[in-house]
Amino acid sequence: MGLTARSVVEISTARLQRGMAARWREWGELAVQALLFFAAMVSVFTTIGIVAVLLVEALPFFQQVSLKEFLLDPQWTPLFAQKHFGIMPLVAGTFLTSAVAVALAMPVGLLSAIYLSEYASPRVRAVLKPALEILAGIPTVVYGYFALLTVTPLLKRIIPDLETFNALSAGLTMGVMIIPLISSLSEDALYAVPSSLREAAYALGATRLEVAVRVVIPAALSGIVASFILAASRAVGETMIVAIAAGQRPTLTLDPRRAIETMTAYIVQVSLGDTPHGTLEFRTIFAVGLVLFLITLVLNLIAIRIIERYREVYR
Amino acid sequence: MEEIVLETQNLTVYYDGRPAIEGISMKIPRRRITAIIGPSGCGKSTLLRCFNRMNDLIPSARVTGRVLFEGLDLYSSDVDVVEVRRRIGMVFQKPNPFPKSIYENVAFGPRIQGIRDRRKLDEIVERCLRAAALWDEVKDKLHQNALTLSGGQQQRLCIARALATEPEVLLMDEPASALDPIATMKIEDLMRELAREYTIVIVTHNMQQAARVSDYTAFMLAGEDRVGRLIEFGPTQQIFTRPRDRRTEDYITGRFG
Amino acid sequence: MGHRQRRELLGKLFEGIALAATVFGLLVLAFLLLDVARRGLGVLSWSFLTSYPSRFPEQAGIRSALLGTVWVIPLTALFAVPLGVAAAIYLEEYAPRNRLTRLIELNINNLAGVPSIIYGLLGLELFVRAMRLERSILAGALTLSLLILPILITASREALRAVPMSLREAAFALGATRWQVIRHQVLPVAFPGILTGMILALSRAIGETAPLITIGALTFIAFDPKSPFDKFTVLPIQIFNWVSRPQAGFHARAAGAILVLLAALLSMNGLAIYLRYRSQRRYQW
Repeated sequence: MGLTARSVVEISTARLQRGMAARWREWGELAVQALLFFAAMVSVFTTIGIVAVLLVEALPFFQQVSLKEFLLDPQWTPLFAQKHFGIMPLVAGTFLTSAVAVALAMPVGLLSAIYLSEYASPRVRAVLKPALEILAGIPTVVYGYFALLTVTPLLKRIIPDLETFNALSAGLTMGVMIIPLISSLSEDALYAVPSSLREAAYALGATRLEVAVRVVIPAALSGIVASFILAASRAVGETMIVAIAAGQRPTLTLDPRRAIETMTAYIVQVSLGDTPHGTLEFRTIFAVGLVLFLITLVLNLIAIRIIERYREVYR
Repeated sequence: MEEIVLETQNLTVYYDGRPAIEGISMKIPRRRITAIIGPSGCGKSTLLRCFNRMNDLIPSARVTGRVLFEGLDLYSSDVDVVEVRRRIGMVFQKPNPFPKSIYENVAFGPRIQGIRDRRKLDEIVERCLRAAALWDEVKDKLHQNALTLSGGQQQRLCIARALATEPEVLLMDEPASALDPIATMKIEDLMRELAREYTIVIVTHNMQQAARVSDYTAFMLAGEDRVGRLIEFGPTQQIFTRPRDRRTEDYITGRFG
Repeated sequence: MGHRQRRELLGKLFEGIALAATVFGLLVLAFLLLDVARRGLGVLSWSFLTSYPSRFPEQAGIRSALLGTVWVIPLTALFAVPLGVAAAIYLEEYAPRNRLTRLIELNINNLAGVPSIIYGLLGLELFVRAMRLERSILAGALTLSLLILPILITASREALRAVPMSLREAAFALGATRWQVIRHQVLPVAFPGILTGMILALSRAIGETAPLITIGALTFIAFDPKSPFDKFTVLPIQIFNWVSRPQAGFHARAAGAILVLLAALLSMNGLAIYLRYRSQRRYQW
């Protein structure tokens, strides 16, 4: 059999079994893994923290203000002498500005996406696509400046009875800001459509426009819709543009020429003021924050679900 | 009678519950070159990766059966897998040197074992580069990035890197398939040199290479069920001139694969 | 005109409209920048950078806001980067494909979409009140860290994912432990991508206004912060403050401050692009 000396074999295999050094090493590895796991869990803790903070302050609020009044009272005047706690005006304000924003961004963003995906040459695309991303990188306070000091005066010339603070300027400016959100995500969706579909349509004699509208867009529809929803969510959560340009007057209206107040702007208003912590008036920002959080949560989850579903389809 | 260094007993590997290779029992002799051949998809690489427990890195993989190294089951729960990989080294199909200097590539293995002394590392680096027949070509540029080397040189560097942990066995997964013929020849010559000191197990889809280089050959084949099995194992001479199994003969004579 | 020609014409018209739409946003941006430059360039001067805010526009400067930003951003990086990179490493290199991992990933995705002002509310209750940090630079930095964490984690994960599997395999086959593989081989290669992600995340933080207002960063600060526990303001808040005033003089000051902010952003993003270019040259696979 030609076996080597027994003792050598025993030593060599003995070292293979886990000795002290190996155990120390394994404990060290476990410690590192635990640390990294904890870091990853911070995201879960953050979400729990947000929900906890909102509830801890909002629940006492709802003990004093009934849910019915909160949802149905058409007036929001917590800082006045005669207090009303109906959130509808704030929600209406948020809805109005967001609707204007999305109404602008949807067609412009989608058309940009179609152009970049179906028409533009790779070189043009390489320049225009990152250029559009710049729009998303401009701080919102700069957009707010633009909305109040440039867009509003401009619009006043066209619409004479436009108030200085109004939903239209803020909404349009927000719209410009979220164009890249829609164009980027829609373009990803259009890009993911397999070229074999396009080629089949071209082979049947369709023009580029027909291929884009009749074949590619329907195939990418869920991704496009998801981008709209995410853009809407972004508009709902936007603060500075509306705080600067849309006004601080909670108004239950659908007229974009008027001043309103959004949920986010209200929170800023109170934060800048001197309402003492722990009072009912101060707690209003948490009740409003809770509603804001829930609305964006629902929108985001719907969009995430849609995105995951369409990624599955083209696997 | 050959001394056996590695042995598998009824080895089966499952990916996601489905067997990829099944019931493999073979013995690898010490300081010989053993080639594993077979058509693509028959599980050669899967088998090779069992010897140094690289299949552990695939979460969906499950291994049953035994893999014995010097008589000790590598998959038993008290085995230190880090030590296993130091003693059983591996060279991959596509050369994968670290994007660091040539020196640092070879020194990595000893460094993570705790060897810090600069002179000891210098000595190890030179010894291994010489053993891999690369020293003369790189001795003046040890601190140059390894990626500046040619494909063949990079593969020899990977061999030198594997040698630096003083293994007893070298596993080679199609080491020359990404290389040109001249580089391939250099690798084959190198293998024969190395076989004087190390046990070599090589997976190759190139039959001529197996016939040229190896002392023993194992022929694997996946059946209709796409499960790889060991069909025949024996001295290379015998496998290529008087194969016992019909399927081996068909593969050797090029009827498929 | 034949049917075919009509379709072609429609196609060309559409292409023109689509191109116009694509360029529309850029034109608006150009218009915005020109407007800011028009109002703000004349305001830029050394005294603008070194004066405190004032009731008189001609004397108002961004000294305290600039210093506040210079304090808050590096502190934010100090908290966010190790946490974000660690989380990314866990998710890419260690995490098993199970429900808990899914939950963590879902959380990160969701947090990326939470309005920044909600982070302000969290920061107010957690850092300012519960941890008694008051309205300090520290509280602001912690709040911003949580805000940019999802961006950092996502960017770092991508950088880690770009490292080829073959590199890890080679290191494992030499007897390295998982952490050794990550520390010695994966991280050095992923580092440029992680750095780029970090710069991108910080350039987001530098423009954030709402969460800092909510945690109580003041809008009128007339001193230099000396420690992380001092009260503070930042550039975007100063801009907000001046824009909200009726006097045109303050609007010009706001424009000037915007120019400074945009200059900072430009350099940060330029740095990120340069680093990405350099790293692509180094690791030619």
